[in-house]
Amino acid sequence: MAFRRTVLSMALGAGLALGSSMALAQKGETVKIAWIDALTGLTAATGQNQLKGFQFLAEQFSKSNPAGVKFEITSFDNKLSPQETVNALQAAIDQGVRYVAQGTGTGPATAIIDFLNKYNERNPGKEVLFLNYAAVDPSLTNEKCSFWHFRLDADTSMKMEALTTFMKDQPDVKKVYLINQNYAHGHQVAKYAKENLARKRPDVQIVGEDLTPLAQTRDFAPYIAKIKASGADTIITGNWSSDLTLLVKAANDGGLNAKFYTYYAPVSGTPTAMGANAAGRVYAVGVMPYEAPAARKLMDEYKAKFNDDFYTAQIYNAYALLTAAMAKAKSTDPVKVAATLGGLEVKSLGGDVQMRKTDHQLQQAVFISRWEKAGPKPYDYSVENTGFNFRTVKTFEPYVASTPTSCQMKRPAGL
Amino acid sequence: MDQLLINVLNGVSAGLLLFMLSSGLTLIFSMMGVLNFAHASFYMLGAYFAYSLSRAVGFWPALVLAPLLVGAMGAFFERTALRRVHKFGHVPELLITFGLSFVILELVKLIWGLSSMNFPPPELLQGPAFTVMQSDAHGLGLAWGAAPADRCASTAAAVMHCSTFPATRFFMMVMALFMLVSLWLLLTRTRIGLVIQAALTHAEAVEALGHNVPRVFMLVFGSGCALAGLAGVIGGVTFVTEPSMATIVGSIIFVVVVVGGMGSLAGAFVASILIGLLQTLPLTVDKSLVHLAASLGWAVAPGDLGYPLMKITLAQAAPILPYLLLVLILIFRPKGLLGTREG
Repeated sequence: MAFRRTVLSMALGAGLALGSSMALAQKGETVKIAWIDALTGLTAATGQNQLKGFQFLAEQFSKSNPAGVKFEITSFDNKLSPQETVNALQAAIDQGVRYVAQGTGTGPATAIIDFLNKYNERNPGKEVLFLNYAAVDPSLTNEKCSFWHFRLDADTSMKMEALTTFMKDQPDVKKVYLINQNYAHGHQVAKYAKENLARKRPDVQIVGEDLTPLAQTRDFAPYIAKIKASGADTIITGNWSSDLTLLVKAANDGGLNAKFYTYYAPVSGTPTAMGANAAGRVYAVGVMPYEAPAARKLMDEYKAKFNDDFYTAQIYNAYALLTAAMAKAKSTDPVKVAATLGGLEVKSLGGDVQMRKTDHQLQQAVFISRWEKAGPKPYDYSVENTGFNFRTVKTFEPYVASTPTSCQMKRPAGL
Repeated sequence: MDQLLINVLNGVSAGLLLFMLSSGLTLIFSMMGVLNFAHASFYMLGAYFAYSLSRAVGFWPALVLAPLLVGAMGAFFERTALRRVHKFGHVPELLITFGLSFVILELVKLIWGLSSMNFPPPELLQGPAFTVMQSDAHGLGLAWGAAPADRCASTAAAVMHCSTFPATRFFMMVMALFMLVSLWLLLTRTRIGLVIQAALTHAEAVEALGHNVPRVFMLVFGSGCALAGLAGVIGGVTFVTEPSMATIVGSIIFVVVVVGGMGSLAGAFVASILIGLLQTLPLTVDKSLVHLAASLGWAVAPGDLGYPLMKITLAQAAPILPYLLLVLILIFRPKGLLGTREG
């Protein structure tokens, strides 16, 4: 009798153990993410900042997350070159990495997508999933869309949709000047700005347009003189890194009092150059909700740890989505996770976000913020210790910024 | 008119900063036959040293101390490294300065980090140096500092345009001109200047006369680096102090030295101003070859042969103009505008 009971309880225990291990097969597993971006060159500061962001959040999410997995980040410097990116990706795959994260530059992002499309087809059972946290070329979720690619940022067309919807209600916007970097991203910002403004504010005049060489211009004073001569009251720019920093600095020096509508004013280095002169005149469009308590908590902890600023909400999106998908799929296998991610809805820093199944473009709220002097809570944060910060002036719900897609996604059989 | 004036001033000030850099480079080249690849790195060091020093002792002492420090480092490098490889010929000398530029870059990144420094100009150099006022009724006017708001406001009688010229750039021009004059006086009016000039062409004869030529070389290398450092301090506050600042100016100063003529100080001056203007003025012209053809009565339509090339505006082509000039000079006048030696 005693024997039978023991057997029974043993069987029961084994059954339970089996059941629970099946339910949480992924629990305790370590998920390795290869971070591939520039750690040297002109965009190095941004790369360092975002790598620290990935490591910082890996630590936080490893403590507790719905899937019970641990995260480990391996970093690779791609020097912004697509070729180096592919080499790094190959090296990462050889180390057994199944998840790759990249953000700066459409060239490297496209290289990863092309590589993975081939690699994943030829190596069933070893598939790799790509988390694109900042490359905003709309084509990546349109004609080049891939089952293995997930964009966590809002793309250029979405950001411009939000930015122009905001500008529509700004009566002081009358003459717009477009100054952008002479490569894919800059061309797209200019193109969408013109299209959207023609649609929403046909009275607005585009008084000038310039394309500057990428990350080479030291002296923006001639451009500022040109903008002044054009009589522009508003400038739209997708510039980032030194190209925005120096533009803003030259504008301050040249006494140009126009408003700046930017994509990347919060990125490392630029806030310092803006300083007090730019207060109230520089706007930024992005997906970072600066005053949301969850975001602010991260910003404070990040600052305490690195004396640097956390401005990349997309990194949080990456972990929130991955852990939710792994818990739901009960697996860390990229194929299952990719299939689960499509259509998945999670809570992120600025509210609910949904990974659109048709093109893998994250649908999320987009925020317009303005450079202002730090004030009472929750506006007391000091960016780059300048005593100023970005203050959210308008929140656009996901449906406002959403743009249609032409993606015809090729999915693996059965998914 | 006021915009043209501001543009010319922008170009001239950019050119004068280039001159501060290239004068040192060309001096070193003419004396030692060494093309110092690390020259722009000394420019960057000047900015970073001044940044750190200005936090301790203020901007104005840093403006003096940082170039001296950079000059001392340059002299030390010449004494300990360059002089040793001198006997192996010019290629090792070139390579060692090339290597040094990477060492400096990595050290700067290690010490100061990768992001840009918050290095604002001192109180005196903030804001505009003068305002150019253009009025329909009264023509062109100038006012020191920022012009009062009422003088810039358009009235019923006249439309006013005000353009400011930043104090940092004005300071840049003053410093460069001051440097030009003192350098010229030093080289032509002093004993050491005469020794340097003689050592340029007849080093062995000067040595035979009992002058310590290696020490003169060290002095010239150090001074060249100090000039680059001084340019760095001014460039650092005017533009931005960050690890890529050396790379950005690095290629253009070689263009200046080649266009002006290797080893010619006057050539470096002319070429600096020329390239400063060439980098600035074309940016304001949004006309392309299509416009030119149209004004000559030849309509070029999209789809025609060569349209993609012809539609490029002068503003878009501006960044390549200095390099285009470099190629043309090398083909048609290899010794440079005012150079004396061939090739």
